[in-house]
Amino acid sequence: MTTAIDTPQDQGFRLSQLIYDTRYRSITIQVIAMLAFMFIAAFLVRNTITNLANLGKEIDFGFLFNPANYDINQRLIEYDSTSTNLRAAMVGLLNTLLVAFMGCILATVVGVVAGVLRLSKNWLISKLMTVYVETFRNIPVVIWIIATMAVLSEALPQPRAFRGETPSASMWLWDSVAVTNRGTYIPAPVWGPGSVFVVLVFLLSLLAIWAFNRYAHRRFEATGQILPKFWINLAILFVPTLLVFFLLGRPIGLDLPALKGFNFQGGTMLRNPMLALWLALSFYTGAFIAEIVRSGILAISKGQSEAAFALGLRPSRTMNLVILPQALRVIIPPLISQFLNLTKNSSLALAVGYQDLRATLGGTTMNNTGRELECMLLMMLIYLVVSLFISSGMNIYNKSVKLKER
Amino acid sequence: MKKSVFLGALTLAGLAAGTAMAQDSSTLAAVKERGVLKCGVNPGTPGFAAPDASGKFVGFDVDVCRAVAAAIFGDSEAVEYTPLTSAVRFTALASGEVDMLARNTTWTFSRDVDLKNTFVGVNYYDGQGFMVPKDLGVSSAKELSGATVCIETGTTTELNLADYFRVNNMDYEPVPVESFTEAQNQFLAGACDVYTTDASALAASRASFENPEGYVVLPEIISKEPLGPLVRHGDDNWGDVVRWSLNAMIAAEEYGVTSANAAELAKGTDNPEINRLLGVEGELGAMLGLDNAWALNILTQVGNYGESFEKNIGENTPVGLARGLNAQWTEGGLIYSPPFR
Amino acid sequence: MSSQNTPLAYVRKEMLEQQPAPRGQVGVAKWMRENLFSGWFNTALTLVSIYVIYSLLKAVLPWAFGGVWTADSLQECRTILNDLHGNTHYACWAVINERWNQIVYGTFFPSSEYWRTHIAFVLLILAILPVLFDALPRKMLWITAVYPFLMVWLIWGGTIWGPVSVALGFVLAYMASQFAGRSLGSGLTGLIAVAVALIWWFFIGPSVTSGLNKVLPLLHLQEIQSRELGGFVICVIIGVSGIALSLPIGIVLALGRQSDLLIVKTICVGFIEFIRGVPLITLLFTASLLLNYFLPPGTEFDLTLRVIVMVTLFSSAYMAEVIRGGLAALPKGQYEAADALGLDYWKAQRLIIMPQALKISIPGIVNTFIGLFKDTTLVFFIGIFDMLAAAQAIRANSAWNGITWELYIFIGLIFWICCFAMSRYSQWLERKLRTDHR
Repeated sequence: MTTAIDTPQDQGFRLSQLIYDTRYRSITIQVIAMLAFMFIAAFLVRNTITNLANLGKEIDFGFLFNPANYDINQRLIEYDSTSTNLRAAMVGLLNTLLVAFMGCILATVVGVVAGVLRLSKNWLISKLMTVYVETFRNIPVVIWIIATMAVLSEALPQPRAFRGETPSASMWLWDSVAVTNRGTYIPAPVWGPGSVFVVLVFLLSLLAIWAFNRYAHRRFEATGQILPKFWINLAILFVPTLLVFFLLGRPIGLDLPALKGFNFQGGTMLRNPMLALWLALSFYTGAFIAEIVRSGILAISKGQSEAAFALGLRPSRTMNLVILPQALRVIIPPLISQFLNLTKNSSLALAVGYQDLRATLGGTTMNNTGRELECMLLMMLIYLVVSLFISSGMNIYNKSVKLKER
Repeated sequence: MKKSVFLGALTLAGLAAGTAMAQDSSTLAAVKERGVLKCGVNPGTPGFAAPDASGKFVGFDVDVCRAVAAAIFGDSEAVEYTPLTSAVRFTALASGEVDMLARNTTWTFSRDVDLKNTFVGVNYYDGQGFMVPKDLGVSSAKELSGATVCIETGTTTELNLADYFRVNNMDYEPVPVESFTEAQNQFLAGACDVYTTDASALAASRASFENPEGYVVLPEIISKEPLGPLVRHGDDNWGDVVRWSLNAMIAAEEYGVTSANAAELAKGTDNPEINRLLGVEGELGAMLGLDNAWALNILTQVGNYGESFEKNIGENTPVGLARGLNAQWTEGGLIYSPPFR
Repeated sequence: MSSQNTPLAYVRKEMLEQQPAPRGQVGVAKWMRENLFSGWFNTALTLVSIYVIYSLLKAVLPWAFGGVWTADSLQECRTILNDLHGNTHYACWAVINERWNQIVYGTFFPSSEYWRTHIAFVLLILAILPVLFDALPRKMLWITAVYPFLMVWLIWGGTIWGPVSVALGFVLAYMASQFAGRSLGSGLTGLIAVAVALIWWFFIGPSVTSGLNKVLPLLHLQEIQSRELGGFVICVIIGVSGIALSLPIGIVLALGRQSDLLIVKTICVGFIEFIRGVPLITLLFTASLLLNYFLPPGTEFDLTLRVIVMVTLFSSAYMAEVIRGGLAALPKGQYEAADALGLDYWKAQRLIIMPQALKISIPGIVNTFIGLFKDTTLVFFIGIFDMLAAAQAIRANSAWNGITWELYIFIGLIFWICCFAMSRYSQWLERKLRTDHR
């Protein structure tokens, strides 16, 4: 180790160096920031503890294991009013995830269709799509949710209307679907003995499709021949499954909804709150996705498609091999952030009484137990975890498609 | 330098904590200093609490708030009403956003003990009932298996309903809604077969329908719902002020003191109870930390319990409720005030 | 030369009359063929669109234009409709005609004071214009600087002294920084300025204000409580104050996120990701249910202010991301040039980096504002009387029980006009900025 003789070290350490010397200044700032942060945190925590003590409460998550005592109409897992609050929160979380997942799918479909059609040469349809996008984007999603709910519950017939000699309403699709102002009843599958084989065969055929596509790709790379992938895929998807289905004597049946007592019984009920939330969120987010898709496609310079045509690629292959891979790089990140928004907006279930996480953990449970601090913190934490999960998916994708430059 | 910053921060923290601890927690003092009472009410149940045409809250529950304000300030209008949904009412009270709740709230064990509230009395004895459209052809709640039921979330009715259907081995489909108005809209649109809530609110709701004859309230009452005003745990003096403001209204009816004759009686009567109530004898007001004319102010500005009942929800109003359980104990009801002594 | 004499018809000697283009290749027909019927798919799309448009218009137009504009209640409105059309499938715009002021100004705002919101709104536009259009004279920015104080005075009322005192704090801080800046470094100067302002606001200002209020109650307006605010007015107040207050916090957070200081960076990233990860509604519930737990016992401040605080925190996280985008878009040479001039960090930010980064960020800021403005509808759920709450109150009223569409269409239209105008502006600005840089 070498030391020069007249370095500032000789003069000793002066306090002013903490401010004026860049070597120390960053440490000073960080220490101050840390202290300020800890001070604020301590201030908040201390206040909370004092306030809770004044009210005679303490932070306690034991209520999660007490019976919830209320019912939830839509449950994806077993639940009744004697189950615990924790289970009620789980039911709510699953409902949130369900509507968010379905919303993301429908929003993507709507958004992609609208975005592509907006670029269509057809003047009328592109203007129509512009009107759709501008209308939905510029009106708050809460209003869409409430309005959709109002349409569903006021314009659709009551179950009563299906009754009697000359009912004023009738079921759709050969008496298998009933659309009422409480919800839409659709047939539910009934899994008889042997149905497990049908499902198994179906899964196997999915695997076969994957294998076939790999083979087709290799063959194309090696020989340049293109197989009619679409039709073969379709055949693999349906033929074996249907064959097994009929050979085993149709083990999977349908439970059709039928009017019994006050309501339709049987089948699966898609409740109106869920439908309203799902449709409103999807069409609202779809408008944003349409813009993302449109700008993504426009971002690919015209030279790319011209170059592809010059190479002799057909329009469909130009789209698949040249435009889409590049456009997706632009489209996917904002798309995922729209998925994130949709998931967060699903908490607006509040407006229509859909029993999601907010309504169970952050609603009835909070209210019955009076543990607002615990419930709110837990709820925020869950939303945060879901959000971070989605955005980490985005980061992984971003890394995988990142242009390798320099 | 580092050390001094650290010490400085600690001192600041200590100071902040010290001032925080030094805060006075007396609600009465805080209300007096503010000059206005903050009262949590229902955002809209006709007869109990609802804004009138000019946006001013009126109703039976609202009168309790007005009585407390009259007792404290001698001015029944010194109230700031905070409309609260059933879901946020206790939190609003606990967090100090309101000083008291007079929002048809059922007195239950867990609300009193676990949620750290103090119920100061009962101003309406109620029970949970069911309302159905007449053409549904239902005459008893036992026939409701499989029905779709509209229910306000975060209320005792939601819990009673779950218990009732489970005990009777019936299924139902709950349709949770956030507010009374929303429940009413859903019920009228036929999104549910049954609307369940406190029988008084059912009557109020039915009265406001375009066609009240088309709906019936089923005979079963499935729960006890003593509704009353409440305050936070831990400030007994404040609880006393609200409790005895309500009791003053009740006792006044029993003794025949009304808004019309209160001022006259306050000149002195030969009934010592009335004299103590109206501040002619004794120092009851001072014991509460109020003016001695506190009850007189309540009675002249708000009226007694019976007057408030008749004016807001009695048989001559659209809500049209009979006194029933809510008659004075002398008339065979449950309304009873401890003596003013 | 005999060929000259024979009149051979090889060459036409006179011009032919110009013929009109074939009918299919011009005007409407060509346009339609190219734009609407260029293939079987396009033709199908066109037919479907025409059907959709037709059925929409058929449903909406008679309903909207056959509506009734004057009636006192839904029943009366329906009677009139029955007399007019024989059925009631038409709009009752009468509800808007009768109650529009509740939706716009809120249910509780005293009608004698409506003029104050009008002035505040006009001034708001005057204050925003110079920020949005740099062709306008820079002197108009003074309106922008004064506006926040004017707005507080106009909306909440009282005398002029309160807002003036707050403004004075800023002026004093500026003067202190000018004074101290001559001898001290920029970090210390900032601290001194903040200290001076805080001392004024918390210790000297309040007593001076109350004194002046007693001695000289200048320009006293009727005081309006926060809870009396509502409707469109509260949306604008929450939206505008949320964005305006979140700008400085957003800048600090963005700089913190870009900083090399690990602790500062972690705190900023943590804050931003937390706020962006939870739904706004949970933050609003926190404002209404939990904020009082976090503050010293006995602190009381009303719900509207708590909501503004939460909305500010919420939008500052989004603002930070927008500004970070602006910072990232600046060429690295700008930073290097600032270093080369020997400017310290804060001077470089203030004089070189921020003016450019903020300018690029304006479209993003406007988009954040549109999002925030739409999100102000959520305050309805925690009991603030915004437009949706006004609509619900009207629907709960026995005179208008059963009305839905007219109210929601009216509210939707208000939002649509505001948001559409703003998004058009931000698109225009984006296009303008893009040409600047290419």
